[in-house]
Amino acid sequence: MQVDMSIIIDFIPQLIVGSKVTIYITVLGLLGGMAIGFFAGLMRAYGGKFANTVAFIYIELIRGTPIVVQVMFLYFALPVLASIRIDPMSAAILAIVVNAGAYIAEIVRGAFLSISKGLTEAGLAIGLPHWKVLLYIIGPLAFRRMIPPLGNQFIVSLKDTSLFIVIGVGELTRIGQEIMAANFRAVEIWTAVAICYLIMTGTMTIALRIVEKRMRML
Amino acid sequence: MSFIEFRKTSKSFGPLAVLKEVDLTIEQGEVVVLIGPSGSGKSTLLRCINGLETITDGDLVVDGLSVTGGKKQLREIRQEAGMVFQQFNLFPQMTALQNVALGPRKVRGLSKEAALKKAQELLDKVGLSDKGNHYPSELSGGQQQRVAIARALAVEPKVMLFDEPTSALDPELKQEVLNVMLQLAREGMTMIVVTHEMGFAKQVGTRLIFMEHGKIAVDDDPRTVIDTPPNARMKDFLSHV
Repeated sequence: MQVDMSIIIDFIPQLIVGSKVTIYITVLGLLGGMAIGFFAGLMRAYGGKFANTVAFIYIELIRGTPIVVQVMFLYFALPVLASIRIDPMSAAILAIVVNAGAYIAEIVRGAFLSISKGLTEAGLAIGLPHWKVLLYIIGPLAFRRMIPPLGNQFIVSLKDTSLFIVIGVGELTRIGQEIMAANFRAVEIWTAVAICYLIMTGTMTIALRIVEKRMRML
Repeated sequence: MSFIEFRKTSKSFGPLAVLKEVDLTIEQGEVVVLIGPSGSGKSTLLRCINGLETITDGDLVVDGLSVTGGKKQLREIRQEAGMVFQQFNLFPQMTALQNVALGPRKVRGLSKEAALKKAQELLDKVGLSDKGNHYPSELSGGQQQRVAIARALAVEPKVMLFDEPTSALDPELKQEVLNVMLQLAREGMTMIVVTHEMGFAKQVGTRLIFMEHGKIAVDDDPRTVIDTPPNARMKDFLSHV
């Protein structure tokens, strides 16, 4: 069979639909993941013994299991355990939220704790309460340090959405698989799918570079 | 009641006792110079006053407020006790002006304009009128430390705590910081200074306290102690600073 990349043109609309689903899952998943990650990360860094332990267990539970198992659990096991039925799309988004949240928590914790203790003391010494020290002084500095590792996590999470093929979410990889099943054009289809991913991750990388450049690294 | 009262104040880090039942009273208007070998507890003594270290026994009262009185009370104490650190600890993402204005704005609740105006006045006072828009990384050590003094003063404290303010500076830059401190002392500011600058102690110090092994070994007039050390240990120490 000859390789003919021009056949891809016919499938571009389908690939765009798949890419949109991938982006949708990634964006919503990461928004949730950031919220949970910040919360869990601050619990780890500054929480009391109880908060710290709760966050620690969450992080280790997620980091210690594969994301495919996590999404399978959400989609197939949760209905049995708690009679909560969720559709594949919600399961996919939730899986990214929970999964990225755990990794982001460690990024957040590391960034906050890497800021010199002297700055916290200087903030406390002028009479600011601890939360204001974190908000006005330590947070903005820590945020700058988070950008490179966060960018890394964003890219990993975007690619992780391809694993949701196992619960039948119509994201990019699933679309590729469907097109493939119809015409067996493996080289052309998987090349096109790979390029779609590269465009998405590439855009993300460039966007993060711009943010990074705009901020003075301190 | 005295302005600052240590009452059998003890502080230990695990098994290591750094302050051992210290009794000390300081009145407003005094300029107390704290000296002693490293590990003698002088920095810890200073840091207990504004609660950066938590005392483990006894009591410590600042202007009628106990450092053991809970978070809110501790914040009140910190507003009354400005601190200057050896490593300056300026906020690197803020300009000199923003560093100084943060306290008035977020602690004292001034409007942005009023806070910036106050910050500029204080920068004028420490001789940095034209450095307001510079970031800490663009300033010399001596300039950074003077901004740090302005930042502490901006909250309108009743006492200033200096923790080896010139130890990270070379001799030339030391002097510009010392000049600001001398000026403050002459204006009547209550000051507690951990330093090895005996010239400063002689010029404006009202008390010299020599600490050793977590206790106050000598507490006397600076000129008397420096010119006629009360014991051999003191004499030996002074010959090395």
